[in-house]
Amino acid sequence: MDRAVKSMLEVTGLRKVYEDASRTVEAIRDVSFSVGQGELVCIVGPSGAGKTTLLKCIAGLLAPTSGGVILEGNPVNGPPPAMAVVFQEYGRSLFPWMTVHDNVALPLKQKKLAAERREELVRDALAAVDLSGVDGAYPWQLSGGMQQRVAIARAVAYEPHVLLMDEPFAAVDAQTRADLEDLIRVLWHRLRVTVLFVTHDIDESVYLGERVLVMSHAPTVIMEDVTIDLPDERTQLETRSMPRFGELRKHIYSQIQLAKQGWRPPSD
Amino acid sequence: MKDLMPSLPRRLAVTLALPVTLIAAWWITSADSQSFYFPPLQTILQTFGRLWFSPHALSDVGPSLWRFSVGYLAAAFLGIVIGIPVGASRNLRNVLEPVLEFLRAIPPPVLVPVLILFTGLGNEMKALVILFGCIWPVLLNTVAGVRALDEILGETVRSYRIGGLSRLWHFVLPGASPQIFTGLRQSLSIGIILMVISEMFAARDGIGFVLVQYQRTFAIPEMWSGIIVLGIIGIVLSLIFRAIEAWLLGWYHGLRQSQRAG
Repeated sequence: MDRAVKSMLEVTGLRKVYEDASRTVEAIRDVSFSVGQGELVCIVGPSGAGKTTLLKCIAGLLAPTSGGVILEGNPVNGPPPAMAVVFQEYGRSLFPWMTVHDNVALPLKQKKLAAERREELVRDALAAVDLSGVDGAYPWQLSGGMQQRVAIARAVAYEPHVLLMDEPFAAVDAQTRADLEDLIRVLWHRLRVTVLFVTHDIDESVYLGERVLVMSHAPTVIMEDVTIDLPDERTQLETRSMPRFGELRKHIYSQIQLAKQGWRPPSD
Repeated sequence: MKDLMPSLPRRLAVTLALPVTLIAAWWITSADSQSFYFPPLQTILQTFGRLWFSPHALSDVGPSLWRFSVGYLAAAFLGIVIGIPVGASRNLRNVLEPVLEFLRAIPPPVLVPVLILFTGLGNEMKALVILFGCIWPVLLNTVAGVRALDEILGETVRSYRIGGLSRLWHFVLPGASPQIFTGLRQSLSIGIILMVISEMFAARDGIGFVLVQYQRTFAIPEMWSGIIVLGIIGIVLSLIFRAIEAWLLGWYHGLRQSQRAG
């Protein structure tokens, strides 16, 4: 399977140290990886692995202490226009004073698109996440899963080149999570967008990803870059019962266990 | 939710039950009153009708309401405009806090003589007294509201590169508005009090002036009727305020309701 190998995202020697008056915490020691255009890459790691810190550095929301992020050849110094982020806490990332429609449309107003184009994008995005009927509702009138769909629709309408997702399904119930996982794969296939998906759920990372980056405990480095050689057509029922799924899952799980014990790969 | 709310007639009955009872009790207990300072309610209400439903009532109430509106709206505007940057910047807060605390502690009526020196006895003096008293709840609540803006929402706004005026209009103001309205509500009560007080010392017209005139000339039923008028003005302003708040903060009431429902 030959994918376009043009590099979309390059993370080089990323290091993040938090310093305050009393102590210094090295959250991320040295993380380097690259993501090709159109890839779906998952990042998985134990709690406290600095996954959210890593995502925020990539998103331009946090400045790394050293090392850098390059998006489509340009260094990331602040939130770039070609990126959209979906946070875990959907309730707090949607504007409660705006309807669903206005929530999705607001970032597009920033982009100074023509009203017609904007409406089209909003309509298509809400349809893509199966929420066509609720554009007049307020987010707090919707269920958790629907709210997260709105956040996803907002990101999709933005037409980003890279979609960053920070444990987006950690706060929804298992059934909804399964539906949303499938939704992500559908959107990814259709929009051909590059996706970086952070999760603590190993099964989810194997089910979704083409590659899984396993993080160590803080100070974080990449333990391993696992290629997921499962078929491209994935279903909850079939894929999760494949033997290969179990093997990959077990491998990543043991890596995580090593990470929890403080083991890390020898630095080259 | 709407089906569970009692019907309008029933709600009206509940709201009016206590006031009607108290008024009836006042009427009955004061009916045979011979006291000079506590005339029968009947007398007061007759005076009320005579005084306040006449054309010259407007020339008493009008100036007061005008001064109140100017002072209150100016305080609201300045409180919000100053409160937002102070709330947003820790440095600004640290620099300004001691001075703000000092100024806030000064009771506004105390400033009346000072303001008379600078601005005379006219409308400006009274509007300034009202402004000086009303600005603090608005300003301090605006600061609190801006500080309490949701962090995740702030990062969302940043990630979509929403900045400047857009950020102010779509994020900061709506986000802080519930808290700002708390301040505006407090200022409403303070403003009414100061409106009357500023007219009691040195004025030529207004409700406060008229009330003090009645007191000095021992026109007791008239004085009581003036007190009732003040109460009514307070209620009317409060109702107007609540209507505006319900319109602007409808989303917030809905949000809180859905959170309570769990």
